Amino acid sequence: MDASESRLDGNAVGGVLAEIFATEMTASMGTCAGCGATEPVGALHAYVRAPGVVVRCPHCSSVMIRIVRDEKDRVWLDIRGVSCLEIRRAED
Amino acid sequence: MRTIVFDAPGWPGHRAGQHLDVRLTAEDGYQAERSYSIASAPEDDRLGLTVERLDDGEVSPYLVDEVVVGDTLEIRGPIGGYFVWVPADGGPLLLVAGGSGIVPLAAIVRHRVAAGSSVPTRLLYSSRTLEDVIYRNELERVNGAAENGVEVVLALTRETPDGWTGYAKRIGRDVLTAEAWPAAERPLAYVCGPTSFVEAVAGELVGLGYDPARVKTERFGPTGG
Amino acid sequence: MAHVSRGFRGRRREEAPSERLPPGQYLTDDFPVLSAGPTPHTPLAEWDFRLTGALEEPRRWSWEEFRALASEEVRVDIHCVTRWSKLETVWAGVSVDTLLEGVETEAAFVLGFSDGGYTTNLPLEDVTAGKAWIAFAYEGEPLESEHGGPARLLVPHLYFWKSAKWVRGLRLLDEDEPGFWESLGYHTYGDPWREQRYWGD
Repeated sequence: MDASESRLDGNAVGGVLAEIFATEMTASMGTCAGCGATEPVGALHAYVRAPGVVVRCPHCSSVMIRIVRDEKDRVWLDIRGVSCLEIRRAED
Repeated sequence: MRTIVFDAPGWPGHRAGQHLDVRLTAEDGYQAERSYSIASAPEDDRLGLTVERLDDGEVSPYLVDEVVVGDTLEIRGPIGGYFVWVPADGGPLLLVAGGSGIVPLAAIVRHRVAAGSSVPTRLLYSSRTLEDVIYRNELERVNGAAENGVEVVLALTRETPDGWTGYAKRIGRDVLTAEAWPAAERPLAYVCGPTSFVEAVAGELVGLGYDPARVKTERFGPTGG
Repeated sequence: MAHVSRGFRGRRREEAPSERLPPGQYLTDDFPVLSAGPTPHTPLAEWDFRLTGALEEPRRWSWEEFRALASEEVRVDIHCVTRWSKLETVWAGVSVDTLLEGVETEAAFVLGFSDGGYTTNLPLEDVTAGKAWIAFAYEGEPLESEHGGPARLLVPHLYFWKSAKWVRGLRLLDEDEPGFWESLGYHTYGDPWREQRYWGD
């Protein structure tokens, strides 16, 4: 089985992103620092079966977001692959 | 598959298409966490999840085989702001489900009905056999509704019953060309199911002229559940 | 602790002789596939393995040249930081010592690099003296792409994220440089026996 069959999308990381950003993130628009494409976070490719989470641009496969969580209380976040993140706060 | 209905005191409400995360903790502290689409409409009193039992799963066998009335589950949510639909989003609405991908799309259908919306809606639902089709009675009701109905098209991929006149193939280019709203109507599409299904269907819809920004996808991974 | 779910046990975890299992690990029968991206598919005609960085002369082997090197069968236990362990896994590979034969270097560290951009850092002494291989077969069969084929780094004495799939070379370094996971919270060394999973462990 190819890893692409098991890839998910940004919907699958909605929970962890909401914890980090304190707001719903899957509708936010992320611009890829590699190729400039802009997509909703929910549409990005997410690899969650890894020691951490890797979110990639669906157009050029560049790494946009990386997340590692330890089993206690630390979260490491790398969003250098996102040149711009337009955050939409969920309406209450 | 099993539908679990539960009370969630303090639940802030949800939108159709959202999911929640279920976390299980064993006595020795071992934890497992999975996401499940919310099957119930936002208008319902109680939350419902429909879970497909995966033989080699870790959480689904527990939810399907073990959980009984009175048990408590730890959940986080609702989650999702991209793969959601509210009547104000309009249509015409095309919902394409592969296997267990029907769950969030059924929530969208239920919400549309409960909200009294008349947005034209078509649901294309692919299953292995007729026995694998879930919510069948309910889908037949909305399909046959005199007013504001939802057109439901089934595609059975492995086995069909005698006298079956519906599709006996995958939802590929043929089925989509015949059944999807024409691109000129600027439809809004939601595609959910196994990753390979979602990517193939989304690709075909874009090929038919759908605006990629109006084709929303939710991938369930290799097994679809 | 979080709410305990009545009757939940999780995947049946086998008992194992405890001296074989590092702390916090459990045995698995299968071979989970963990991936940070799409599976690369470099054709063998284009594949090469390189030694680069802080050495007198960079080295390069084509697939044919690599497979012509002396190789050996290796039977080792492997331990993933996600807590599964697999005992007695059987690989065939070229020892990193073989690749470093005759190499002049004062480097103390290496950075393994792979197709798809993955990297992992290790002290040079942890990939020498019989501790590491470039593995091209698993259980007697050519290594499948989902498990890192055509070749992966194999460093069984450290957590398995260090055994980089789809490895294409080692860059010799004078100073340690954290790799893909080591730069984002995972321990720079990763000894499963001291449970070095995350920074500060």
